[in-house]
Amino acid sequence: MDEQESSTGLSTVEVTRRTVIETGTTALLLTTLPHAAYAIGQTDDNEPPPVKVELQINGHSHSLTLDPRTTLLDALREHLALTGSKKGCDHGQCGACTVLIEGRRINSCLTLAVLHDGQSVTTIEGLATDDNLHPMQAAFVEHDGFQCGYCTSGQICSAIGMLAESRLGMPSYVTGDLTQPAAELTDVEIRERMSGNICRCAAYPNIVAAIKQAAGMPT
Amino acid sequence: MKAFTYQRAASPTEAAAAAVKPGAKIIAGGTNLLDLMKLQVETPSNLVDINRLPFDKIEETSDGGLRIGALVRNSDLAADPRVRQRYGVLSRALLAGASAQLRNKATTGGNLLQRTRCYYFYDITKPCNKRNPGSGCAALAGFNRIHAILGTSEHCIATHPSDMAVAMRALDAKVETVNRGGETKIIPISEFHRLPGNTPEIETSLKPGEIITAVTLPPPPPGIQVYRKVRDRASYAFALVSVAAIVDSTRGRIRSARLAFGGLAHKPWRVAQAEQGLVNASANPATFNIAANAVLEGARGFGGNDFKIPLTRRTLHSVLAEITRT
Repeated sequence: MDEQESSTGLSTVEVTRRTVIETGTTALLLTTLPHAAYAIGQTDDNEPPPVKVELQINGHSHSLTLDPRTTLLDALREHLALTGSKKGCDHGQCGACTVLIEGRRINSCLTLAVLHDGQSVTTIEGLATDDNLHPMQAAFVEHDGFQCGYCTSGQICSAIGMLAESRLGMPSYVTGDLTQPAAELTDVEIRERMSGNICRCAAYPNIVAAIKQAAGMPT
Repeated sequence: MKAFTYQRAASPTEAAAAAVKPGAKIIAGGTNLLDLMKLQVETPSNLVDINRLPFDKIEETSDGGLRIGALVRNSDLAADPRVRQRYGVLSRALLAGASAQLRNKATTGGNLLQRTRCYYFYDITKPCNKRNPGSGCAALAGFNRIHAILGTSEHCIATHPSDMAVAMRALDAKVETVNRGGETKIIPISEFHRLPGNTPEIETSLKPGEIITAVTLPPPPPGIQVYRKVRDRASYAFALVSVAAIVDSTRGRIRSARLAFGGLAHKPWRVAQAEQGLVNASANPATFNIAANAVLEGARGFGGNDFKIPLTRRTLHSVLAEITRT
């Protein structure tokens, strides 16, 4: 996985057998593999005409010229150096890439940046104000809602979107009576509504507690 | 992902005119199409974005039904108060599918057009008559736990993965389309999806360039609506077997029944004989068994999915017992 947090964006690192042997570690290989995979994914003999995309990201306007194949996740990570949103499975199965579009949570890996031309995007980088964590971020810290942290930005963005859906009275599969306007946000409801975010460290009980605290519920 | 040109359609007919050309593909939510494009199962040369077209409304129809725009997101459709009040089976089926993030993106039209989750369809190194006609079916003698038991052919045993479409089949929905000439058409959901036969690559009755504009629901039939989904984990998994049931009964006597099944075939499965056999029948295990026999007429397992035959029978028993309890 690409854990490079550099704000300078992509850096090309030449990997040779010698450098790997000389460093005597797989760390370098691990950090450079995604770039290689990324390059393979984008390589094609016929480069398509680029597209212009305007995005409002965390309150700032960005004008990008992109290969139309660029997913929203790659636009954020590779073109804007917003590497808080993570690439886990890259197929919409893990939720690590979850961001908010116009306030609604989606998988940024399963959409193209160009499809969101003119729309607003909120990522994990846009949640804190000055030195104050967003209440959901603070709750995750307080309740240890993570271990390795790889899924955390997706979990937090997803949880914020989930609470907004809940406040709008949107039901879930486990909602007992669909004809009632709002379902109480029980543990079962939270778990069902958060099922699109997988945590390999299984921090689920603490994630549920964090979400309840951020929602103003007893934990 | 293979290179493609990107085009944003300004009107339905413009979208249809672009989509009729070889290599073109319509994109709406994109949650299935982009997944398949990353794996090069789908390799469109032109992507036609219809997200700005005005198909995002849910409206009352004059006969007391609903007209759902093709671009209405799955989450919005599931949460619509009219759907929750009158078409609970549809709301519940939508909520049973995918994750909240995907439902926020996936559309009504796209859900109907999603492709099978057969492992061999997804793996471009394996034969698949659906992906590469004439190459064979690797699922027949492969891992086929998730595959079809009804309506299969020697060329394909894939299932249609939608939950939404199963509920719409029980509700007798109709699919509205438009072509590049602006001509509109109404396709009953029963005729929308096809069985694989000799041409598993042709999955619907849509003609090239024909675009879904809406799905209409007739007024809801009488009775209690239930959607039951059996799967490998409690959430965010495709159905092994699912049942959309709408049953009208009083004190253990059934007046009418509609039963549609997911996870069993290349299309949502419905058997008129099974439903007719329940009319005026008393609700008991013997009656339910007769209905299950009719549903499973001609069912055939392929090794890994043999369990779906008894699972379908038991799931139907459970649903009918629950729904006729009052």
